[in-house]
Amino acid sequence: MSSIPSSLNPNSDIGGHGDSHDHEHHDTSGDTIFGFWLYLMTDCLLFASFFATYAVLFMNTAGGVSGKDIFELDFVAVETAALLLSSITFGFAMIAAHGQKKALTLTWLGITFAFGATFIGMEIYEFHHLIVNGNGPGESAFLSAFFALVGLHGAHVSAGLIWMTIMIIEIVRRGLGTQTVTRLSCLSLFWHFLDIVWICVFTVVYLMGAM
Amino acid sequence: MSQSHSTTPGQTESHSADHGDVKSYIIGFVLSVILTVIPFWAVMEGDLAKSTTVWTIVVAAIVQIWVHLKFFLHLNFITEDGRASTFSFLFSALVIVMVVGLSVWIIYESNAMMMY
Repeated sequence: MSSIPSSLNPNSDIGGHGDSHDHEHHDTSGDTIFGFWLYLMTDCLLFASFFATYAVLFMNTAGGVSGKDIFELDFVAVETAALLLSSITFGFAMIAAHGQKKALTLTWLGITFAFGATFIGMEIYEFHHLIVNGNGPGESAFLSAFFALVGLHGAHVSAGLIWMTIMIIEIVRRGLGTQTVTRLSCLSLFWHFLDIVWICVFTVVYLMGAM
Repeated sequence: MSQSHSTTPGQTESHSADHGDVKSYIIGFVLSVILTVIPFWAVMEGDLAKSTTVWTIVVAAIVQIWVHLKFFLHLNFITEDGRASTFSFLFSALVIVMVVGLSVWIIYESNAMMMY
């Protein structure tokens, strides 16, 4: 992040040409990543309001199932493991990307994608299982809040998987240029952020719900 | 970067602080596994008192969030980027505590007063 806006900085060549272009380019990558971080902070507020809704509504089961009846902690533990493993493999992908190791970056991204897809597959299975057993989101305020909160997280992870696919294609076709690594850094923030949100989900929804 | 006219070595230095190394990811991962196993064990196997269990899982979650922020997201007070990210996170955390905490407090109190 530049402390001096480039337009006010006498050293910067406004509308620069030639080698000053690279320099400007490098400066904005920090700003891009920080800007993306600020977006994630606003996304936190979205999740926070869904958590508040869940905390208010989770006891209103309308005579139907409560968390204790439907949550299977063994299953959730495996989902958690998949997401946590995907976080560290993404970390290794970032280290490889900063070291300009294209094949290694793609390998780690592929492994990360597999763990992320496992997580989403398990979540879809869980939702499907609930709905076919008559516990769909329309049955009670508890189930609406549950599907909304866990579904919002799942939608974010799915978006992350689509983004990751695009990044894999971009790296294959263009290699690890500055712009590509910046984009990959933003995705890395997004991915680690979703793992943090999942910590809150399994603690507040599943563990507290199953007690 | 901290200064738009900084030299390449300076940029490399602040970069490595921003994206971490293998060691920091391994430490973060091991701590996360421990902090995930403890709350799952407490709820699934442990026969602690209910209030003890709740405190255990809440504390484990907060510590694990800190671990992720430090070792995976590399928030710090050292580089200028790190400080900006850390303070924007702390501000968001404050807003979240107010939005969630106060909403839940208000609604639980109004529920208690109107229904019982």
